[in-house]
Amino acid sequence: MSSRIVILGAGTGGTLIANRLRRSLPADRASITVIDRDDRHVYQPGLLFVPFGLAHADDIVRPRSRQLHDGIDWVESAVERVETARDAVVLADGREVPYDVLIVATGAELAPEETEGLTGAGWGVSAFTFYDLPGASALAEALPLLDGGRLVVNIVDMPIKCPVAPLEFCFLADWFLRERGVRDAVELTLVTPLDGAFTKPVASAALGGLLEEKGVRLVTEFNTGEVAYGAGGRGGTITGYDGREQPFDLAAVIPAHGGAGYVLRSPGLGDALGFVPADPATLQSKAAPNVFAIGDASDLPVSKAGSVTHFEGEVLAGNVLRFLEGRPLDASYDGHANCFIETGFSKALLIDFNYDTEPLPGRFPGPAGLPLLKESRLNHLGKLMFQWFYWHTLLPGRDIPGIGAHMPTAGKHRPDGGPQTSTQKEDPTA
Amino acid sequence: MSTAIYAGVTVDVNDEGFLERPEQWTREIAVELARADGIAELTDRHWQVIEFMRQEFFAKGTGPTVRALGKSSGVSVKELYQLFPKGPAKTAAHIAGIPKPKGCI
Repeated sequence: MSSRIVILGAGTGGTLIANRLRRSLPADRASITVIDRDDRHVYQPGLLFVPFGLAHADDIVRPRSRQLHDGIDWVESAVERVETARDAVVLADGREVPYDVLIVATGAELAPEETEGLTGAGWGVSAFTFYDLPGASALAEALPLLDGGRLVVNIVDMPIKCPVAPLEFCFLADWFLRERGVRDAVELTLVTPLDGAFTKPVASAALGGLLEEKGVRLVTEFNTGEVAYGAGGRGGTITGYDGREQPFDLAAVIPAHGGAGYVLRSPGLGDALGFVPADPATLQSKAAPNVFAIGDASDLPVSKAGSVTHFEGEVLAGNVLRFLEGRPLDASYDGHANCFIETGFSKALLIDFNYDTEPLPGRFPGPAGLPLLKESRLNHLGKLMFQWFYWHTLLPGRDIPGIGAHMPTAGKHRPDGGPQTSTQKEDPTA
Repeated sequence: MSTAIYAGVTVDVNDEGFLERPEQWTREIAVELARADGIAELTDRHWQVIEFMRQEFFAKGTGPTVRALGKSSGVSVKELYQLFPKGPAKTAAHIAGIPKPKGCI
C-alpha cells in the first residue's frame, strides 16, 4: 500500500526531511509532496553578513525546487489551513491535498507589526531588521552612512531564530565601524529581554565578556513596548514596558516571531503564537498522531537553528518510517544544537549543547576538534565552510561525517569542574 | 523544598516562593501572594489573568508567556504590565500558584 506524505515548507527542515524520506522509501511505498508558497530558498545564516557587504542577495538564494531530489512532488502554493480532523491540507485556491502523514516545516515568521510603532515612518529609514533579505539588503545601504551616534540592536521578544545572531551582529558592527575609523563616534548597544547576553549561564558569561571587551553596552531585561520615530522617520526611541527609553540613530531590530499564518487558521494545530506543540523527543505533534513538526515551526524548547533542524531530521525520518509501519516511535532527539558565533576580525566561537547540557568549553566533536566557547580563526573558517555543507550535505539530508544527531560529551568540561549536566535556566522574560 | 503559611494554610513552596503543588492554592492564598508581590488589591482584571493562567497550566502543563497571555487572555500586553508591573507572566504565575514559566532558549 502506498502512503501519502505531505510536507509543508521547503526550507531547511522540509527539504532535508523530504530528501531523507525519499532515500529510505521506494516510490511504490510512499508519495512525497512538498508545498511552499514560493521558489526562493534563502540560506538564512548568510543574512548576518549582508548588512556588512560580506554577502550579497545573489550568493544566498537558490530555487527551492532544485534542492528536492527526483521522485518528490513540488507544489508552489500558499496554504490556507490544515484540517487534522480529516487529514487534508487546504491550499490558498481551495484545492485540497489529502495526506496519511503530514510534516509541518514552515518555520518561523517575523511579526514587526506586533510592536506598537515599529513599522511606522522610520521602518526602512532608520530601523531595519537583518532577519529577512529585504531588511538585510536595506541595512547594507544604511550602515555605511553611519558616522556617529547611537546604533541599537534590539531583540523584541523570545523566541527568535538563531539566538546568537544579535550578538554576532554586534561583534561584526564593532569590526565594521572600526575598519571605517568611526567606532569611537558610535555608541553600540544590545538591548535584550534576557537577563544576560545569552540564555545559558556559562556561554552567557563568556559572550557577555566579549561584548564588554568590544565596548558594546548591554541592556538586559528590557521588554520592548513601543517605538516612536523622529521627523521623517530619522532616528527615534524604543520604550520598554517599564518606562526605560533607548534612543537610537540607527536600529537593527529583531522583531517578535510567530509560526506561519496558516497554523493559526488550522483548528487545534498551533499554540497562541502559531508554533506547533510537539513531543520534544519524537517530534510527533500534539494535534494528531500522524502530524509531525520539524525545525523552527515547532514549540520545542530548543534554539530555532539549522543545526537543530538537521539533528532532528535524523530522528524524524526514522519516526515517520516507524509510524507508517505501526511501530513505536523512537524518543531519542536530545535537543542537540551546534552554532558558530562570528565575532569579527575573521574569528568565531563554537558552541554545542542540548536539552540537559549547556554550552561548555572544550573541543568539538572530540578532544582533537574545534575549540568550544573560544575565539579562533579555525571556527571562522568552519562558519564559512558551513555554507557549502548546507547546500551539499544538510539539504540533501546526509549526515556530516563524525557529527551525529546526539550531542557528544567527550572533549568538554565545566569551568567549575562540576557535572556536565545542568538544569535549564529560567526564562527571565516571563 | 520548604513550606509557608498563607491565609492560615500550610503550602509547599520552592526556594523562590512559587507553590510546588498548584492544587493547594485558594483565592484567599492568592490575595496574600499578591500582597507579597506589592499588589495591594486584586481587581477583576487581575483575576481574569490569574484564572486564565491556571486554566492554561492545567491544560498544557506550563504557564503561558507574556505574549501568549496578551493574545489569548483577553488582556493586552500593555495592560498586563500595568496590572503586574514586575513582569506579568512571572508575577501572575506566582499569584496563581503555578510554577514559574519554563526557560526559553
